[in-house]
Amino acid sequence: MSNNSILVVGGGFAGITAALEAAELGYEVFIVEKNPYLGGRVAQLNQYFPKLCPPSCGLEIQFQRIKKNPKVKYFTLSQVDAVSGGPGNYSVKVTKQPRHVNSRCTCCGECAKAARTEVDSEFDFETGKRKAAYTTHLFAFPARYTIDPTTCDKIELERIKDACPYDAIDLDEQPKTFDLNVGSIVWATGWKPYPLEKLTNLGAGKVANVISNMQMERLASPSGPTNGRIVRPSDGAEPKRIAFVQCAGSRDENHLNYCSYICCMASLKHVRYLRERYPEAKIVIYYIDLRTPGRYDKFKALTVDDPNLSLVKGKVAAVAEDAGKNPILTVENAVTGIKNDEQFDLVVLATGMQPSAAGEKLPAGLPVDEEGFIIGGEDKGIVAAGCAKLPLDVMKTAQSGTSAALKAIQNVVGR
Amino acid sequence: MAEKLGVYICGGCDIAKSLDVEGLAEFVKNGRHQSLCPVVKTNSVLCSPEGKAEIEADIEAEGLDGVVVCACSPRVKWDVFEFGATQVNRVNLREQCVWTFSDDPDKENLLDSMAKDYVNMGIVYLNKSSVPEPEVEKCSETIMVLGGGFTGLNAALEVAKAGKDVVLVEKEAELGGKARDMYKSFPLTYPHTALQETGLDKLVAAVNSNDKITVKTSATLEKLHGAPGQYTALVNGEELSIGAVILATGWEPGNSKYLAPLGYGQFKNVVTTSEFEKMAKNGGIKRPSDSKAPKSVAFILDVEKFMADVDYSQRAVCEPPEELPCDENKDGEEECETFVYEDKESARHLAYSSEISSLVALKQAAYVREDPEAMAYVFYDHMMVPGVNERFYKVAQDDPGVMLSKARITSIKEGSGGSLVISAKNTLLGENVEILADMVVLPTAIVPVTAHEPTMNFDYRQGPAFPDLELFDGFADSNYICFPYETRRTGVYAAGCVRQPMPMNLAQDDAAGAALKAIQCVVSADHGVAVHPRSGDRSYPVFNFVRCTQCKRCTEECPFGALDADEKGTPMPNPTRCRRCGTCMGACPERVIGFDDYNIDQMGSAIKQVQVPDNMDEGGPRVIILACENDAYPALDMAAFRGHSWSPYVRVLPVRCLGSVNAIWVADAMSKGVDGVMLLGCKYGDDYQCHFMKGSELCNRRKENIAESLNRLGVEPERVEQYEVAIDEYDKVPGMIEDFMTNVVAKFGPNPFKGY
Repeated sequence: MSNNSILVVGGGFAGITAALEAAELGYEVFIVEKNPYLGGRVAQLNQYFPKLCPPSCGLEIQFQRIKKNPKVKYFTLSQVDAVSGGPGNYSVKVTKQPRHVNSRCTCCGECAKAARTEVDSEFDFETGKRKAAYTTHLFAFPARYTIDPTTCDKIELERIKDACPYDAIDLDEQPKTFDLNVGSIVWATGWKPYPLEKLTNLGAGKVANVISNMQMERLASPSGPTNGRIVRPSDGAEPKRIAFVQCAGSRDENHLNYCSYICCMASLKHVRYLRERYPEAKIVIYYIDLRTPGRYDKFKALTVDDPNLSLVKGKVAAVAEDAGKNPILTVENAVTGIKNDEQFDLVVLATGMQPSAAGEKLPAGLPVDEEGFIIGGEDKGIVAAGCAKLPLDVMKTAQSGTSAALKAIQNVVGR
Repeated sequence: MAEKLGVYICGGCDIAKSLDVEGLAEFVKNGRHQSLCPVVKTNSVLCSPEGKAEIEADIEAEGLDGVVVCACSPRVKWDVFEFGATQVNRVNLREQCVWTFSDDPDKENLLDSMAKDYVNMGIVYLNKSSVPEPEVEKCSETIMVLGGGFTGLNAALEVAKAGKDVVLVEKEAELGGKARDMYKSFPLTYPHTALQETGLDKLVAAVNSNDKITVKTSATLEKLHGAPGQYTALVNGEELSIGAVILATGWEPGNSKYLAPLGYGQFKNVVTTSEFEKMAKNGGIKRPSDSKAPKSVAFILDVEKFMADVDYSQRAVCEPPEELPCDENKDGEEECETFVYEDKESARHLAYSSEISSLVALKQAAYVREDPEAMAYVFYDHMMVPGVNERFYKVAQDDPGVMLSKARITSIKEGSGGSLVISAKNTLLGENVEILADMVVLPTAIVPVTAHEPTMNFDYRQGPAFPDLELFDGFADSNYICFPYETRRTGVYAAGCVRQPMPMNLAQDDAAGAALKAIQCVVSADHGVAVHPRSGDRSYPVFNFVRCTQCKRCTEECPFGALDADEKGTPMPNPTRCRRCGTCMGACPERVIGFDDYNIDQMGSAIKQVQVPDNMDEGGPRVIILACENDAYPALDMAAFRGHSWSPYVRVLPVRCLGSVNAIWVADAMSKGVDGVMLLGCKYGDDYQCHFMKGSELCNRRKENIAESLNRLGVEPERVEQYEVAIDEYDKVPGMIEDFMTNVVAKFGPNPFKGY
């Protein structure tokens, strides 16, 4: 039996785009997303470069498109376990983890009020806390709470359950496995930030006032853990001297053997975040090359035209901290050859992007390169899209998702 | 019109804790709209399966043709409150009434009055709404691909593979475009380390042998008439029926005058990468001065010297559209002027091409190294090889015959025997260095064809070219990060270097993306539904031409050029170009334009439902907020989730876009005695966030006309203010409301029309 529906693995920007573009051509589409929400990495960003506009704006349009289109079905907290069959007739095994909150949830928030225990928020990269009953972020879609029973004890869980006025909480919900039959597959599992722990020379994530670029996004977000205040994690103080360390993990054979594409533009964007809040702060960017391809040159030129910003071509060799928890960078200037130590209030590591699939074996034998990027699969009727395939920015990811939709359709057209 | 309505009032999520929902139901049952509302009910949890089942049963039993759900925001529970053919209107009691209510202790029953206003507004709004019947016309499904270069060839094949017919139009006698001159390509596939063949011959052969593709060479698009699904394309005098267009006309090498600061045109052995490539392709690299193979070649990537006149801080342009010359053609006295297209090329294109320039320099350095005794230098300010192309850069770094260094080039001079002396500072080789080379290769700017000419030759009232390309320095690009194919011309989708400078592998992907959008546009046109961003919308603007005064405002203001005009100036709608924003409806002073489910009377009637107390001191002021449904309205919802509140005297109504706001709504409000109108819309300007491109900007411009009319009536124009609100400004928007209430309402006091 041939089938012309399409499975999209990953509900980030590439996946949502691929799904919608195919659905708006009349194809039935299933999105399988492992997080409790759709939107992926862009949902964690405060603003996009170069327009400095909020990602929630574009996501709002995407979610409206999903709401209006009965051809799009999505499964959150779900992952693909196995793929069998071939183009035109795939059988896909999907496991859905329990959300413990059913469709009766109105997002009224009573469960979260009843919850007490707090743990680090994964969504905020540990810059903030969440409870056992939580939504990851303000614009979370679907707008429904999630209960993580591992967060607190049974008594608290029962209290949370009892607080729900709508009988929406089911603490006994179990994982469910089900099969989807589809004709074509788009693989859009995206990327993850390169782990700070692996960057031993840059503090390995243990220096309090050294944060990652993605943590910076959460701090800058108006509904993030600090309500948009960019402050030092150790004491909440406003930083006056800030450094950016480019290529933290990227362009390094011991870590990521490629350039992560977005980090230079992201750091320049972060300079804008800081400028808006702290017009006088001194900022230094340590870089190998500032990679601002295409029309991004304009954003770069306007951003670096700033007397309080210095660009230093040089490698950061080490990160330490002094008694006041001020990070100390050991830097070698590549042009002058001078090596010295510089003290800052806050240091941002421009950590690279690693394909989410790195280190994992992919179903259906999708070929990947040494770094985990998908380098084929179209002969099998599986199309890779977005950062699962190449490091890309959001615009190119949207382009890639649109292109993947066509290729997925080509696999099923006329079958 | 929906005339048998069920009104359902939810008490859940604390609504009933603050609000007397039973009293509200009684109010509707006995109110002025009781004849429209045979069913009025309350429910403690309306979104529960039981609540939904009750509504469904009532629709069945009572034959309801509309349901007014007075509960939470329309942004949530959309899947629950969906009842097939029965129209639904959502009254946002939860987020924008109860949760954000802030009481004024001096006054009584403010929450009740607010809820009653909202419910009445919701009833009347739905009553005046009809289910749109889409206009379906037979469409051509043929896709025209403009440009037979690498991107165009790929696009044609992608469309054909999806089962659609293609006409491929190429201006040259042969297919292949710029890739025909290429000796080799930089890496396009894994492992991204070695030069590759372009594969052009195979690509051309595949296109030529494909039954679905008709190739027209030595051909240009002279005119594109009509609308998506029903275009007539005039190609070399032949009329073709076309559904949608993929624009893949690529680029031209930049004007070499911009390279003069580094000796191009002055020294024979200073060439461009484009010239160098042709040499490599056609018999090998030779010095122009003596035709000898060079032993040292320096590639310059630092463009600082070319950029002296570039000032990015200057705003692009985007002045209000001027009248087309033909409009001034009064009484046939003057001849119609020819349309003049302002050239958009500048030195900026050299900077914008940095990625391609870097990849090409590395590639051509490898050509130089085909002679093991030859040496290549590459001088860059920033080596622009983002992504996996870093690996190709590594290969060059590992070659001892390729010398790469950061450098600021200060000058290039001629030395003995035609050799060149390159002076540079701040290099990795020393502070100030001089390098001797047999040849110098300067970068080639990728300048999109659309920087020089309209290319599309639209037979549209708003002119033959894409509007606003100044914003993108002539690239036929989108202003949206999230939606790279959305431009101001529905039905035309750009791909490849005409859209952005991009390497060939990304152009290949881009071709497929544009192909999808073109096919999708035709299918949508065929079904009579809108494309992005209101994808699937069956409504479209309907014109009551009897009252039209030919003022041309709608035809001028439509952001998408959807309206042409006949000789008299009467608008001629093209529904398949239309994105359903309603800007035409907002523009029309005679109120002749509207949608079945969104129109002047409907909004005006809803506004008139607001009960304005005759005495402001006793009942408080009243303010109407018209909020963009895509950004400002969600921001207000989020403000509710953030625990904010705002004045109990405002009433919020969502609009499709501020561009759709008609001045009559403001007049309706003012004549009712409303004390102020706040317009909440998206950011405008060069980095506009309006999803209909120009809506919020046009609204702001029209506001001046509104101000004038208010002045004439003796009403302070400050009573109408527009605010720019991004969707993430949920913490700021309550403050904007507060400001408006104090600055306007408190300052000017009651609307002088109150009580009339």
